[in-house]
Amino acid sequence: MGTAAGRSVKRKEAWDKATGNAKYTDDLPSLGHLTARLLTSPHAHAKIKNINKVAAFGVKGVKAVITGLDITALCGVLLQDRPHLAKDVVRYAGEPVAIVVAADEPAAISAAGLIEVEYEPLAHVLTPRAALKPGAPLLHDNPERYKRMVEDIYPQPKSNIASQYRIRKGHADTGFALSHMIVEENFYLPPSDHLAMEVRAARAEISADGMVTITTASQSPYSVIKQLSQSFSVPEGNIRVKVPFVGGGFGGKAPVLLEHLAYIASSKVGGRPVRLVITREQDMAAAPCRMGLEASVKLGCDDTGRLKAAELRFWLDCGAYADIGPYMAKSLASNCTGPYRVDNLYCDSLCVYTNHTYATSYRGFSHAEFTFCIERTMDELAKRLNIDPLKFRLINAVSPGDSSPTQVSLNPSNLGDLKACLKKLKPLSGWNGAVVPVDEHTVRAKGVSCLWKSADLPANAISGAMITFNPDGSLNLNTGVVEMGSGSKTQLAQILADKLDVDINQIHVKMSVDTRVNPEHHKTVASMTGYMAGNAVLRAAEDILAQLKTTGAEALGCSSDDIIVKGGAVYSLRNPLNKIRLKDIASGYKAPDGSSIGEPALGRGGFMLKGLSTLDPKTGKGQTAPAWTVGAQAVEVEYDTIEHTYRIISASTVIDVGMVMNPEAMRQIIRGGMAMGISMASREAYSYDQNGLLTTPTLRTYKLMHIGQEPDYRVEFVETPQEGSPYGIRSMSEHGIIGIPAALANALSNASGFSLNTLPLTPESLWKKSGGVSS
Amino acid sequence: MIASDFIYCRPDTLKEAATVYAKLAGEGKSPVYYGGGSEIITMSRAGSIAPGAVIDLKSIPECKVLEQNGAALMIGGAVTLRSIRESKLFPLLGAAAGRIADHTNQCRITLGGNLCGTIRYREASLPLMLTDAEVVLYGSGGERKASMLTIFRERMRLLPGEFICGVNIDARYLYAPFMHIKKTANEKIDYPLVNVSAIIIDGRIRAAFSGLCAFPFRSMEIEAVLNDKTASISSRIDKAADLLPAPALADAEGLSQYRIFVLKNTLCNVLERLRHDFK
Amino acid sequence: MILNEGRVIVELMVNHESRTVTVRPSDVLLDVLRGQLGLTGAKPGCKNGDCGVCTVIFDGWPVKSCLVLAVEAVGHQILTVEGLGGVAPVQKAFVDSGAFQCGYCTSGFLMVCHALSLNKPRAEEYEIEEWLQSNLCRCTSYKEIREALKTVFQSLS
Repeated sequence: MGTAAGRSVKRKEAWDKATGNAKYTDDLPSLGHLTARLLTSPHAHAKIKNINKVAAFGVKGVKAVITGLDITALCGVLLQDRPHLAKDVVRYAGEPVAIVVAADEPAAISAAGLIEVEYEPLAHVLTPRAALKPGAPLLHDNPERYKRMVEDIYPQPKSNIASQYRIRKGHADTGFALSHMIVEENFYLPPSDHLAMEVRAARAEISADGMVTITTASQSPYSVIKQLSQSFSVPEGNIRVKVPFVGGGFGGKAPVLLEHLAYIASSKVGGRPVRLVITREQDMAAAPCRMGLEASVKLGCDDTGRLKAAELRFWLDCGAYADIGPYMAKSLASNCTGPYRVDNLYCDSLCVYTNHTYATSYRGFSHAEFTFCIERTMDELAKRLNIDPLKFRLINAVSPGDSSPTQVSLNPSNLGDLKACLKKLKPLSGWNGAVVPVDEHTVRAKGVSCLWKSADLPANAISGAMITFNPDGSLNLNTGVVEMGSGSKTQLAQILADKLDVDINQIHVKMSVDTRVNPEHHKTVASMTGYMAGNAVLRAAEDILAQLKTTGAEALGCSSDDIIVKGGAVYSLRNPLNKIRLKDIASGYKAPDGSSIGEPALGRGGFMLKGLSTLDPKTGKGQTAPAWTVGAQAVEVEYDTIEHTYRIISASTVIDVGMVMNPEAMRQIIRGGMAMGISMASREAYSYDQNGLLTTPTLRTYKLMHIGQEPDYRVEFVETPQEGSPYGIRSMSEHGIIGIPAALANALSNASGFSLNTLPLTPESLWKKSGGVSS
Repeated sequence: MIASDFIYCRPDTLKEAATVYAKLAGEGKSPVYYGGGSEIITMSRAGSIAPGAVIDLKSIPECKVLEQNGAALMIGGAVTLRSIRESKLFPLLGAAAGRIADHTNQCRITLGGNLCGTIRYREASLPLMLTDAEVVLYGSGGERKASMLTIFRERMRLLPGEFICGVNIDARYLYAPFMHIKKTANEKIDYPLVNVSAIIIDGRIRAAFSGLCAFPFRSMEIEAVLNDKTASISSRIDKAADLLPAPALADAEGLSQYRIFVLKNTLCNVLERLRHDFK
Repeated sequence: MILNEGRVIVELMVNHESRTVTVRPSDVLLDVLRGQLGLTGAKPGCKNGDCGVCTVIFDGWPVKSCLVLAVEAVGHQILTVEGLGGVAPVQKAFVDSGAFQCGYCTSGFLMVCHALSLNKPRAEEYEIEEWLQSNLCRCTSYKEIREALKTVFQSLS
């Protein structure tokens, strides 16, 4: 073991990014490419009566105009409910209706504007509970007849239910009967956007022999192969997917969308290379966004403040198509209580179709959303019990020996130490649990939230790593992980450097992914890179070490058990002065007498998730992830009691990361998540007008937080190792966001005295709570 | 990318600009005068306008003037918001300019562009209305001068083919005590919920507003109420809020009642902060 | 008077080099830099002037290259991130402070920061904020970008 683990190491690609050299999908040369452009629906729900392409074809340079009538296949990662291009009906404003392929971009744009689509508007529905009412417009006639790509998805006939999951544990009725205090709260969280700074982009070309090359800004290159193959009956081996740097994903670039469309476009122009360019506005309205949620949360506790029962109902707004929504509903159910011990639990989690833009994974995979509901209710309960909210959480914090909502036995390894996080959060956040007046109309207040998260991946997801040497003894690390900002490839390099005891600068990382070259990594999602690819890299490192030892033993004439690989050299522990430098042995060893010894060292490691299961449909019993990550967060606000405006003073996170592999980089990632949470909770929302059209369809009106409004960020770690994970690390990439909306709402609820159960928390929403307007 | 094509002209003189405008208009090119370009480019990209020609005013010396010449400060129509702010020659206008869009865009957006744009806020009009600036216009009939209060009614009332050559502001007003407050929904870089510009001249407050209604305005009725020293501040503000020239806006930034609420708080703030100058 | 109609051949001064390009008058500088000169450091993010990822320096001042016509740039000095050459103090500061994650907004921030350091070597905190509020970053918390700027301005003063 070397010294690369546990140190602050700069990103391997730092200078590429600081010089503009880092290439993203649409930065690649496009000479020789045709340009494709989308036409999208201006209606939330409408029949397509007719599409007239004549005028579009009149534009010089137009090669193809493609509509839903040209494509029969449906797609969907869990449920095949989505047409690549709307056919007969559009189900959300922004849905792709046609593609134009033209010689250049101006022609493609002009032609798209000339396609005449005749619509007949249909009644639409915009919230999940409204979508479940009798007589609500149905988005899909027979959702249960769509092809299911996984076992555990349960679309319901004659309804807008794309899937449903239930958790039954203990006896909720008995638990409530034993409760001294019961609180029930209702929540509404609107959809919002990932808003990665890079707009999604994809290119496709098909060679004469049927080989397909897709270049895309994707978190899931290997999933692109599978889904494209599924949709268009192309053998998987004929599809090559290339992913250069990705300009932020946050889950939004995990689904497959533009890749399909680019393929369709290319296939209609004889396989010529096609560059599909979408606008920011289309990226927001057409491509999938963050889920919305309605929820009711009922919690009961005894007179000592111990939770006795929970009854939780979640209605996840997945928009017009299922995408990964059902699994977000499942994930939400699996961890629905938050990190608290609740022995008597009843939870129904429904994934509901509406005429919103469809939803997909978003940083936290539904955890930030249910956490908001649970943590707000916890605060209301603490308030009524007159217990300090932080203390209340300590009383109820889930601990080893308890079981998860899906009845997994929890131990220090798979759970971590929430109480330690809460205890550390107290001084870090300056927690005093009180509202402190600043002047006659300003107060300061804090809010706290716990978090936990586990991944929800296919039970057999895989990862792989390959290692080669350069002539100077430095190494190349090759995985299928996408670099989109989380720095996980640098962490993998640290693992390799540490394992081989070489300087971190001796590790070169292949940043782009090419599925012809890089071993499969399931998807760069769920913060599972460290665990899955980390294990693969460890194994590859062990593999290459064993080869070096074999060659070393032969070269040095000793047993391979005596061989040490350290500090860039190979030697026998019996004669440490006789060192062979890595560069002299990595490609086989040339002995002083000129003879060849050994073989070139090539490391390979593979990893597959083990021991996971689907959830029992009746009780939810089962295990979907190897472990949890727990943490605690606090937000402090300064609130103007007259104007209802506020400033966020500080935001603190303590998170159990298992082992602090790269302290600075990890703080940066956590802070980034916190910032995203603050922005989302304070100003971001997809709001829709009465016609179901986005009212904030551009970055001009959809606001993200700019510099200068950010709080003082404070991050500390707890280290409870996770067995079976490299160096004991726990997942921590998405997590900074999870408890922040809840902590902010708790802080503002404390400051204002209002019970704030919706997002975003704008001054106007607080003013409304104050009775400012009768509606 | 802008799909449509247009002709780009950059005249060197006022006369050339007016002449080429008339010529292009006569050819059916529907030309537009072009300052910083932000609005024309974004709207052309979105396809909401498709001018056949743009006439860039940035090479015309008169449109680039920024200097105080005795009794008046002259600001050319093609002077950028950044230059106005950095010159510190008219701090109230500088303050208003400094809250339009963002700093980088202020390096491009021109005074004339902000005043004549289609985006309804036109914040730069507020200080000019408060100081009743003289607006110098140029068109096919040559130069024309008009007072800001007569030519800016909800928007600039220009004749076809006319553009803003510049504005002249009475030097006596330049450093008068002022406040400019822009209130947004929650994000600083955003369109306004309410913009309030106020200046104290001869012991009386003048106030102008944008974001509140569908157009920027200065109201003498509101000023009369605000200057009524016999009434309490809160009753003056309540009365002022009842005198809006049009209904308060209701849009993605905020409900109309909320805008009124924000207006009242902001006016209260303004009156409080200016109270030492406003006797 | 300049009058450009149809496709025109123009000479642009980019990164201190004269480059000849063929453009439509309605082409924005961003598309020409990227599509014709291969200078892809300036990114498309919104093409609406809202995000700042396309920022370049125009005669010393930051501009959003999605809101500048290429024909307007004739006779002016354009500097892109490629023109910083890896030796601008702000580049090293960004690397050292971890002022980016996905890197997509980085070029734009670098150009604003570089222009600020040239124009206002003694910039105060409020000016730094005002200039940088022209750009969006979705990955970092901004704290890292502030820290990078702090080191640049400390070395200037």
